[in-house]
Amino acid sequence: MSRVLDAAAPRRRGRVPAALLIPAGMGLLFLVLPLAGLVVRAPWTTLPQRLTEPGALTALRLSVQTATLATVLCLLLGVPLAWLLARVEFPGRRLVRALVTVPLVLPPVVGGVALLLVFGRRGLIGGWLDATFGVTLPFTTAGVVLAESFVAMPFLVIAVEGALRAADHRYEEAAATLGAGRWTTFTHVTLPLVAPGLAAGAVLCWARALGEFGATITFAGNYPGRTQTMPLAVYLALETDLESAIVLSLVLLTVSVGILAALRDRWITGP
Amino acid sequence: MSARARRTALAALVALAGLAVAGCGGGDDPAPGGSGDGRVNGTVTVFAAASLTESFTRIGRDFEAAYPGSTVTFNFAGSSALANQINQGAPADVFASAAARNMTTVTEAGDADGTPATFARNQLVIAVPRGNPAGVTGLADLTRPGVKVALCADQVPCGTAARSALDAAGVALTPVTLEQDVKGALAKVKLGEVDASLVYRTDARAATADVTGVEFPESARAVNDYPIVALKDAPNRAGAPAFVAYVRSAPAQAVLAEAGFQGL
Amino acid sequence: MTAPLLDARLVVDRDAFRLEVPLRVAPGEVVALLGPNGAGKTTALRALAGLHPLTAGHVTLDGVDLDRPASRGWVPTERRPIGVVFQDYLLFPHLSALDNVAFGPRRHGIDRRAARATARDWLGRVGLAGQAHRRPRQLSGGQAQRVALARALAVEPSLLLLDEPLAALDARTRLDTRAELHRHLSAHQGATVLVTHDPLDALALADRLVIVEGGRVVQEGDGPSVTARPRTDYVARLVGLNLYRGRAEGHGVRVAPELTLTVADRLNGEAFVAFRPAAVALHPARPEGSPRNTWAGTVAGVQRHGDNVRVQLDGPIGVAADVTPAAAAQLRLIPGQRVWVAVKATETHAYPATG
Repeated sequence: MSRVLDAAAPRRRGRVPAALLIPAGMGLLFLVLPLAGLVVRAPWTTLPQRLTEPGALTALRLSVQTATLATVLCLLLGVPLAWLLARVEFPGRRLVRALVTVPLVLPPVVGGVALLLVFGRRGLIGGWLDATFGVTLPFTTAGVVLAESFVAMPFLVIAVEGALRAADHRYEEAAATLGAGRWTTFTHVTLPLVAPGLAAGAVLCWARALGEFGATITFAGNYPGRTQTMPLAVYLALETDLESAIVLSLVLLTVSVGILAALRDRWITGP
Repeated sequence: MSARARRTALAALVALAGLAVAGCGGGDDPAPGGSGDGRVNGTVTVFAAASLTESFTRIGRDFEAAYPGSTVTFNFAGSSALANQINQGAPADVFASAAARNMTTVTEAGDADGTPATFARNQLVIAVPRGNPAGVTGLADLTRPGVKVALCADQVPCGTAARSALDAAGVALTPVTLEQDVKGALAKVKLGEVDASLVYRTDARAATADVTGVEFPESARAVNDYPIVALKDAPNRAGAPAFVAYVRSAPAQAVLAEAGFQGL
Repeated sequence: MTAPLLDARLVVDRDAFRLEVPLRVAPGEVVALLGPNGAGKTTALRALAGLHPLTAGHVTLDGVDLDRPASRGWVPTERRPIGVVFQDYLLFPHLSALDNVAFGPRRHGIDRRAARATARDWLGRVGLAGQAHRRPRQLSGGQAQRVALARALAVEPSLLLLDEPLAALDARTRLDTRAELHRHLSAHQGATVLVTHDPLDALALADRLVIVEGGRVVQEGDGPSVTARPRTDYVARLVGLNLYRGRAEGHGVRVAPELTLTVADRLNGEAFVAFRPAAVALHPARPEGSPRNTWAGTVAGVQRHGDNVRVQLDGPIGVAADVTPAAAAQLRLIPGQRVWVAVKATETHAYPATG
């Protein structure tokens, strides 16, 4: 009896159940087919000259720069926020956690309007910034970074908070017994422990910022070289020329997938 | 899994399957109404330029009153997006464009049933926030330092029109933003983020609560014609021409004029 | 006893549980807190480390109040002169063995190079000079334990705390590591508190045992006195003795209403009687002759115990008896079997229950 079971066990483990495999395959197709559509419809013959159009490269460079800056901003503000949510008991923590996810459910265009109402020329803080420092954010590259950060930060905060909750906090106690204060413990023990989650969160954040459209065009507008990121360029290209929209989309996809794959190999799976 | 959750999951599956079917063969479905006998009923699906939102919504209600048993549903969006959707086989009966160029996209693809007819004209005005804080009275004021201007992008009709008007006036200005559509440009004015924008008179009139329209003479050089056409693959064979005809009738023209469109 | 380096009365209330343990440890002394799971040993250790605040009482180390709720005295963990070896070591997984050991000295203001030199020295002392650049996951259990010890000692703590330091090791490694740990603990100049549920670890490593049960100290003393005179069933089981409490009058101690044991010692009042399972003889019929203590019992369980067989017996008192396998076979010891139990008075040890 037991021998029969033993012989059957590895076979059963090796087989992937159809109930999982079929929807998994459908899910993959669902995600990949639109991509295939872009590739199939791409104007391959005119591709080289379209790629070298200065507008496309300018938008691409601006996209990568702003997404990277937005990720840095999210790391600076989001990691401490995630730590607070994961490690400090305070009244209203559940409410704060819900508030952090608001940009996820808010239509990005609404997010852009909300940003204008705060940081705009007549906004709560924007008016003061303008009057005091002569700083205006709408229609500037800084505004693009701000809009992208607003939309992308929840991805980082949620990923890092999850990693912090999963991390064994007794390592932090061990650090304390060795004389490490709170801050040193955070930088020398906590952060390295959650590094994989941190990297995953940063990558998600960067990817979301790179694809950001609604909040950006609403808050920062659209001006080539200053606030026109790749998604905006794609959208406007759609107005006149489907093929150049496809080319721009493919460029954005290639660059983002390339960077994500490279980072994943180096940081996320680790040695 | 509870019975309710199972039902929900099932419903989702059915919906997915429905999507797949619709994606494969939407054109083969029988027309939703009024197929052959000339009677107008059922649903008329109208793809209309975003700038027609307010006036067409009213015209649609009037049409339903005039043809009992019919329902008008609208898809308001940028004209070029609509033209793309129609060319990709979206099940529309009527296309009303804000620019001749996007109509050409549709007719050249052979998706139009007959020749498009112009049903309205629109002109640009300078939209300024209520109270006109920058004191804009004409195109020349837009080049003053410190005056922030939002224009539509060149790729969309209001941008093309603005470019023509500015060229005609010999005004060279650098906007702070090139918006993806006229509503976006207008929103920036409403929120006071810019001091002025060139938008259609109809759009300015629909936003009188927050926006004032300043007329300027050069706008006559950039008049925008709105063409309308019934579509070849219209699911509602009787409803499509009926709606096109209704839009060109006196009651509908009155609604359009009230919205700020120029009469024909 | 020299003046204590550590003077503590640990009182911690947690839900319905109250820990109340007085503790004094002299310089160079190793004290083991020994007790069953849930006795509060680890809570006591955490309170000493400042990882759990006291409800009342005090922790005073070298004259400094580390924790004294009554006067709001509090020194946070990172400023206490302590070193802790955790049960599963908690070596930082992202640092090499060397940097794990250097972590403490670095935090105490020593520059990187000097801290690494100190760490290398300590790794050498625990015999791991060759493993300095390995990550914790590349170390064996015994090596990880030694790195954890080196890490705790590298800050030269006044108070060294060890939580079940050998529990995570397999039996073979445990023997070697125990001997080595004993060497390092003997060399440590400060006070050492060791928490364990293993009496062998406690006896091998500690100068003095503090037995904790249910949050209270039930017995305290050096190894020989605790093993010779257990005062609770838990300690008796730990050291492998049958233990009874009763009323003594001369050479008789009444341990059950109908059973008075005759003992070699002479005393009066509340008393404990202890004897080894090997001192218990079993007979198919009532024995005649020299054994003075006999009673009828019922076999409740039989199991192998080393080379012998351990028999659990019910009766007026429960008792464990060790017999040879041959005797067990001859007696046909199966549960439910009735046998006669005999214990010589000279094999018993009686001592007062008070004081």
